[in-house]
Amino acid sequence: MARVVVDVMLKPEILDPQGQAVQRALPRLGFDGISDVRQGKRFELEVDGPVDEAALARIHDLAESFLANTVIEDFSIRVEEVAEAAK
Amino acid sequence: MTARIGVVTFPGSLDDRDTQRAIRVAGAEPVALWHKDKDLKQVDAVVLCGGFSYGDYLRAGAIARFSPVMEPLLEQAKAGLPVLGICNGFQILTEAHLLPGTMLRNDHLHFICRDQKLRVENAGTAWTTDYSAGQEIHIPLKNNDGQYVADAYTLDKLEAEGRVAFRYLDFNPNGSQRDIAGVSNEAGNVVGLMPHPEHAVEPLIGTGRTDGLPFFTSILKKLVNA
Repeated sequence: MARVVVDVMLKPEILDPQGQAVQRALPRLGFDGISDVRQGKRFELEVDGPVDEAALARIHDLAESFLANTVIEDFSIRVEEVAEAAK
Repeated sequence: MTARIGVVTFPGSLDDRDTQRAIRVAGAEPVALWHKDKDLKQVDAVVLCGGFSYGDYLRAGAIARFSPVMEPLLEQAKAGLPVLGICNGFQILTEAHLLPGTMLRNDHLHFICRDQKLRVENAGTAWTTDYSAGQEIHIPLKNNDGQYVADAYTLDKLEAEGRVAFRYLDFNPNGSQRDIAGVSNEAGNVVGLMPHPEHAVEPLIGTGRTDGLPFFTSILKKLVNA
């Protein structure tokens, strides 16, 4: 079994007011030296069966049409092997 | 005979009853549609109302957009069926790509609820003929994700084609690009906006004015005279 991770981030040119609010809170909490924060979403898809090219192509379609709104967001897809010991 | 206007209820819709009432006040017949309906009951127009369909999970409107009722709606809207999206309904229409752009969280990160001044920029759409171009109206605005964004090319195109239907006046309440409060599709049958005309159709509620009523009388006249 494998896990496919889809990360969705606002495009660089889109203002991220939530990330800015987090960044502004950092000095108050004693965290200095962080000049920018951008907030995104991470989806972990547990895939039944092999993660082959066809499966990844379907996940790409899913990410493009549903998980991300490509008007404002970019996405990236990567495969994460689930360790046997964790089962 | 009067026109039959459908109002879709999704899980989490809030303003379906108010919208039905506004349609009745204008003199048309409201028809309740359910998100699982696979046909539109032969209505003459559809309103997607405000609320928080599916809790705004993922993105506002992103899950509602794939409801069964959206299939015939998309098909018929492309063929000319008049569709109005208010607030969450506007978000659903952008997620469904019937209208360009999308909505982000308000730039100040707060939920907003206020009487909002707007300018009617296009009085030629199916839902705005009872206004005059340039008319200033007050209707309530209440949302969390109301910041309209699109790329510069899309914004220029919308402006050039007169498809910015409404603009915020005096005060931009959410950081919307170019003060855009509502847009239409190319044919003018599909219109979406963040403010709520259905809350401003009777003098006793909302802004105390009836500035939202012309949305519903516009469409009624169009359908009855068709």
